[in-house]
Amino acid sequence: MDQMQDMKKEYEQLVEKVSPKSNTVRDCARAFWVGGLICTIGELITNIIKSFGYNQDEASMLTTITLVFLGILLTGLDIYDSIGKYAGAGSIVPITGFANSMVSPAIEFKKEGYVFGVGARMFTIAGPVIVYGVIASVIVGIIHYFI
Amino acid sequence: MSKRMGKQTIKFDSPPSIIATASTVGPKEGKGPLASYFDVVLHDPLWGEDSWEKAESKIVRKTIERVIEKAHLTPEDINYIFAGDLLNQLTASTFGIRGLNIPFFGLFGACSTMSESMSLGAMVIDGGFADYVVAEASSHFCGSEKQFRFPLELGTQRPLTASWTVTGSGAVVLAKNGTGPYITHVTTGKIVDLGIKDPNNMGAAMAPAAADTIITHFQDTGRSPEDYDLIITGDLGSIGKELTLELVRRSNYDIEKVFSDCGIEIFDPVTQDTHAGGSGCGCSAVTFAGYLYKEMQNNKWNRILFIPTGALMSPGSTQQGESIPGIAHAVVIDNKWA
Amino acid sequence: MDYIKAFIVGGIICVIGQLLIDKTKLMSGRILVLFVTLGAALHGIGLYEPIVKFAGAGATVPLPGFGYALAKGAIEEVEKVGLRGAFTGGLKATAAGITAAIVFAYLSALIFNPKAKE
Repeated sequence: MDQMQDMKKEYEQLVEKVSPKSNTVRDCARAFWVGGLICTIGELITNIIKSFGYNQDEASMLTTITLVFLGILLTGLDIYDSIGKYAGAGSIVPITGFANSMVSPAIEFKKEGYVFGVGARMFTIAGPVIVYGVIASVIVGIIHYFI
Repeated sequence: MSKRMGKQTIKFDSPPSIIATASTVGPKEGKGPLASYFDVVLHDPLWGEDSWEKAESKIVRKTIERVIEKAHLTPEDINYIFAGDLLNQLTASTFGIRGLNIPFFGLFGACSTMSESMSLGAMVIDGGFADYVVAEASSHFCGSEKQFRFPLELGTQRPLTASWTVTGSGAVVLAKNGTGPYITHVTTGKIVDLGIKDPNNMGAAMAPAAADTIITHFQDTGRSPEDYDLIITGDLGSIGKELTLELVRRSNYDIEKVFSDCGIEIFDPVTQDTHAGGSGCGCSAVTFAGYLYKEMQNNKWNRILFIPTGALMSPGSTQQGESIPGIAHAVVIDNKWA
Repeated sequence: MDYIKAFIVGGIICVIGQLLIDKTKLMSGRILVLFVTLGAALHGIGLYEPIVKFAGAGATVPLPGFGYALAKGAIEEVEKVGLRGAFTGGLKATAAGITAAIVFAYLSALIFNPKAKE
C-alpha cells in the first residue's frame, strides 16, 4: 500500500517536470488589457447613458444589460470563443463572460430540445454563480439587519 | 498447445489477415500531415446531419460500408462487428450500425477501443468462430467536447497539456485467410492508475498503462524493442510519450528509436495549435487504417506494435474527486508470420 | 481619467483571475463562484464600495461587481423593509442583468448554431 503511495508521489513529480507550463506573464498581460478594455467600454456606455438624463444606478443597470447583450451577440457570431482563447480571465471575469457562459450551452444543447436542452442547460455554468452570489447576499443582508 | 504466453499475451495459431481498411476524417485532420492517407476528408463536420452525434453515426456507417466494399465483400459475409466510441451508451456506433444487420458487439475502451476491437476480432477468428470480422472505432471533436468538456462557443483557454479529439472513424476487415499484414499477437492491458486527476493532462494519466502493457508484452513474448520496426501508441501526445519512454526505461527497455504516437503524427502542433496532440478513439483508428496500414504494405515497416491507450473516466467521476485510470491494449501486426 | 481608472482596476481584477487559472488547478467555474462571493462579502464589510467609487465600471463590470450588486441590493432592502429584505433584495437589484441574460440567451439559441472549431 505504501509502495503504491510512493509510486504515485514519484510519478506526480515526474509529470510536473515533464508537463509544459503556460507563459503566465504573457497570459496576465493579455487578461489585463482585454479585461481592462471591456470595463472601459462599460464606463463609456454608462457615461453615454447618463448624458441622456439617467442617474448612476439606472445607468449602471442599463450598462449591464448592454454588456450582456454584446457578450451574447459575440458568442452567437462565433467570435467570443476566440476572444476567450486569447484573453483567458480577461474575457471570463467581466459580465460579458457570464453572458457567454449562459448562451454557449443554450446554443449547444438546442438539439436536445427547448425545454431540456436550451432551458435546462443554460444554467450549467452560470447556475453556481447565481446560487452562491444570492446565498452570499442573503447572509450579508441578515448580518446587516442584526448589526 | 496453449496459445497463452506469459501473463497477458496470446499468440495466434492461424493469425488473421487485415485484408482491407477504410478511414473517414474531419476537416482538421484533412489539413494535417497524414491527410493524403485517408479515404474520405469531410469539409463539414456535420456532414449534412442535424447534430454532432448524428454526424458521427453517419461517419461510422459510411466507413464500415466502405471497408466491406474494399474487401470485395458484402455485409452478409461479415460475421461480427466489434466497434465503439466515446459517447454515452455508444450511441454513435449503435445508430450508425443499426441498419447493417450484422451481429454487433459494442465496446468501451475509451481511446484504446481500436486495439480492443482488433484484439477481440482477431481472437474470434483464430478461435474458429468467424471467417470475416469488422473492427472499428470513432470519435468526434464536437460531440466529445459537448459531453466531456465545455460548449464550443464558451470562451475558455485550453492548457498546453490538453489534446484535441480527432473527428473520424477507422475500420478494418479481418479475415481467416489472407496474405497479411497479420495480427500475430495480442497483449491485453490491465487498468493502471497512478493517481493523476487532471483531465487536461490525459497523456500523463495514460502513460503508466502504456508503459505497463509494453513492458508486459516484452516479458511475455521474450521480445525486445529491436524486434520491432515501430512501436506506436494511440494518443499519449507529446507529454505522455516522454513519460512512457521514461517509465519503460526504468524496466531496462529502451524503445526510443522506434517509438511514436498517433496523436503526435496526426496533427502538426505548430500550424494546427493542437497543444499536446490528437486524441480520441478515432485518432489511433484512422492513423492505423490510413497511414500505418498503407506504409506496411509499402514495407516501410514490417512488424509494428500498435498500442492504443484509453483514459477510463467520466465527467462525473472526476467531479467526485476520482483519479483517471488508464488502459492500453497492444496488437502485433506483422507482414509475415513464421 | 475615469476611463483610465476603469481600465486599470478592471484589468487588475482580471489578472487575479488569470493567476488563479494559470497557477492553481481551479476550473474557471469555481473561480467565478469565488469572485462573486468575494464581491458580496467585501461589500458586506464595506470594502468594495470605495473601489466602485474610484473605478466605476472597472469594479462593477467584473464578476465581483455582480456580487457587490447582489449584496448592495440585499442591504438596501433590509434597511427599507427589515429582515425579509435579505431574501428579496439581491435578485431585485440584479433582476435586469439576469433577465436580460436569460432572454437574450434564449433568443440566441433560436437563431444561432454552434460552430465547429478549427
